[in-house]
Amino acid sequence: MKLILCNTAVVLLLLSLGACSSGPPPQQQAADFPEPVFAAKRILPPDHADLTAVYDPWTGLNKRIYNFNYHFNKAIFLPVVRGYEAVVPSAGRTGVKNFFNNFEDLLTMLNSALQLKPNKVASSGSRVIVNSTVGVFGLFDVATAMNISRPMEDFGQTLGHWGVGQGPYLVLPLIGPSNLRDALGKLPDTYVQITVQDKVLSQPVSLSAMLLYPIDSRANTAFRYYQNGSAFEYQMVRWLYSTKRELDVKQ
Amino acid sequence: MTIRKILQQCFIGLFATLFVSATFGAIISKEDYGYPITDRFAATVVGTPDGFQAALPESIPFEGRSITIFPERVTPDVFFYGSKLLYSVALQDSKAPLIFLIAGTGASHNGSKNVNMAKAFYQAGFHVVSVSSPTYNNFVIAASKTGVVGHAERDAEDIYRVFEMIWAELKNEIDVSSFNLTGYSLGGFNAAYVSKLDDERKSFIFDRVLLINPPVSLYNSISLLDRMTQNIPGGINNFNEFVDKLINAYTNTYNEGFDAGGGDFLYKVYQSLNLKDEELAALIGISFRISSGSLVFTSDVMADYGYIKPKGMELNRYSVLDVYNEVSLRLGFTDYYHEFFYPYYRADYPNESRDEFISAISLRSIEDYLRKTKKITVMHNADDVILEPGEIDFFPEVFGDRATIYPYGGHCGNMNYRDNVARMVASFGKAGGQQ
Repeated sequence: MKLILCNTAVVLLLLSLGACSSGPPPQQQAADFPEPVFAAKRILPPDHADLTAVYDPWTGLNKRIYNFNYHFNKAIFLPVVRGYEAVVPSAGRTGVKNFFNNFEDLLTMLNSALQLKPNKVASSGSRVIVNSTVGVFGLFDVATAMNISRPMEDFGQTLGHWGVGQGPYLVLPLIGPSNLRDALGKLPDTYVQITVQDKVLSQPVSLSAMLLYPIDSRANTAFRYYQNGSAFEYQMVRWLYSTKRELDVKQ
Repeated sequence: MTIRKILQQCFIGLFATLFVSATFGAIISKEDYGYPITDRFAATVVGTPDGFQAALPESIPFEGRSITIFPERVTPDVFFYGSKLLYSVALQDSKAPLIFLIAGTGASHNGSKNVNMAKAFYQAGFHVVSVSSPTYNNFVIAASKTGVVGHAERDAEDIYRVFEMIWAELKNEIDVSSFNLTGYSLGGFNAAYVSKLDDERKSFIFDRVLLINPPVSLYNSISLLDRMTQNIPGGINNFNEFVDKLINAYTNTYNEGFDAGGGDFLYKVYQSLNLKDEELAALIGISFRISSGSLVFTSDVMADYGYIKPKGMELNRYSVLDVYNEVSLRLGFTDYYHEFFYPYYRADYPNESRDEFISAISLRSIEDYLRKTKKITVMHNADDVILEPGEIDFFPEVFGDRATIYPYGGHCGNMNYRDNVARMVASFGKAGGQQ
């Protein structure tokens, strides 16, 4: 059943990508037009480093996926999130958020262990234990009330910690900004999360969790495509994401 | 312990001993003012610490809407997402005064400052209609007649058109007892010109108008902001290094993800660092440069002027814009005025020299109107970083007791401070009294 869901999702995704991929319109070349007042060659020193530089050799593909995500968010994802917010009362949504945070804490614990960071193992481990028991399967965040700090570590950061660079910038369908390292890092994290879910939850609950997880994450992410007021939103998001991940690894 | 908490503790005691002046129109003395941040740059970056903010509702029915302003306009594909103007409303159930809010440079209808103003006015019983700055990407694309913004009268006409069209949609939905207007920063500057235009066209006949921290001369203010980027050690080419340095230092306390939004990001950087004034100025400069860069590019595409994008060349949603981003970050807003704005409008104003043209974009050019129009009030700060030395005197001179000048607050840093919010609402007289 779960496999069917996954496959359906993939097929839907490919279909929707295909639907808007009648081939990109040809790009006009600056060289074919009169020079602007402030031409790049006049303003940018020949050896300049881009101020918001990020390694992005797959820009073309990335921009297409970025656009796809915009349409997906607008037509499907955000309406679903709004429906979820209308149907489930705020206390319930907080419970759902805590529930998934509990799994994230578990992943943080494992990844902190892989990075040999005992303090983070201790705090995320305590969080999981406290919230899974006193907090009733993670529905209540008792650990935060007890002032147990909440570090965040994922497998992308673990790879980074052991010296793997970010690699090319990558916009993931449905998910958004990432890079090759972090995208690959999602695989083991997701595998662990699903395996644990299967072990501890009954099948219908586990399935509902799989459906709810993206909705919950989206409901808790303020970002809206093309509503950030910058004509250069793609570049700004790329730069901020990369900078943030660099910092995440250094912590 | 965060800097915010330390500041809070230091000043709570001080605040408790202060008498808070409640009279109207005044130059508030330092002794009578409890806003805690006395450094003009820090105030601008940090805003109002938690313990000093006005009590505002957690949430209000602040609802995003959109409207087509120019049905005939073909939006360039690179801005395909911006063809409708986005705005927000918070509407009362029964008859109430309505207030229009205009955001500051590069800021949106749902940016944090407009949201806080909306909360204060909604709480006080107003219908609220919040619009983005005419310098905001979406406004330029959807609602600017020429796409070339920064012209006081023309921007006012664009805003007025937007107000009229929004009102045409709202008037069947709500019952309004009076129309009012406010704006902060450039939005305050805009509000003065919109008020003047309304006195001619009379679509609304505004009851009260409040200008919060407006520039006097737009050109002076943007020159000051442009120069702030010179505080980046090593100049703009070290932008990245400088930001990295700040961010690196800030990793120690950084825990939750940060926002591209500007305000919160700067605030968090400040919280974790003991920044010098030059560094704070550099941050303000960078923040301004990022929004002015985006604006200049947007105008260039909308007017197809050939400023940084070759004239005639069409960009679409998949075009790589990196090079325009890089160029725009290296140009000042003053460059835009001299090399794009002035040449673009020159033909329409053949008798004005460049200097006359630019100096006309100043509240001084409508001084007589401001002097005699009693419905307009001003709230400003003596230490505002976007005013040249002495420019603050313009306000008490012209507005008399309709101007309230605070000793601190930098540029809009004290807008959320409880005294300021109370006075902001009270500026609207009886309408603001319906708590």
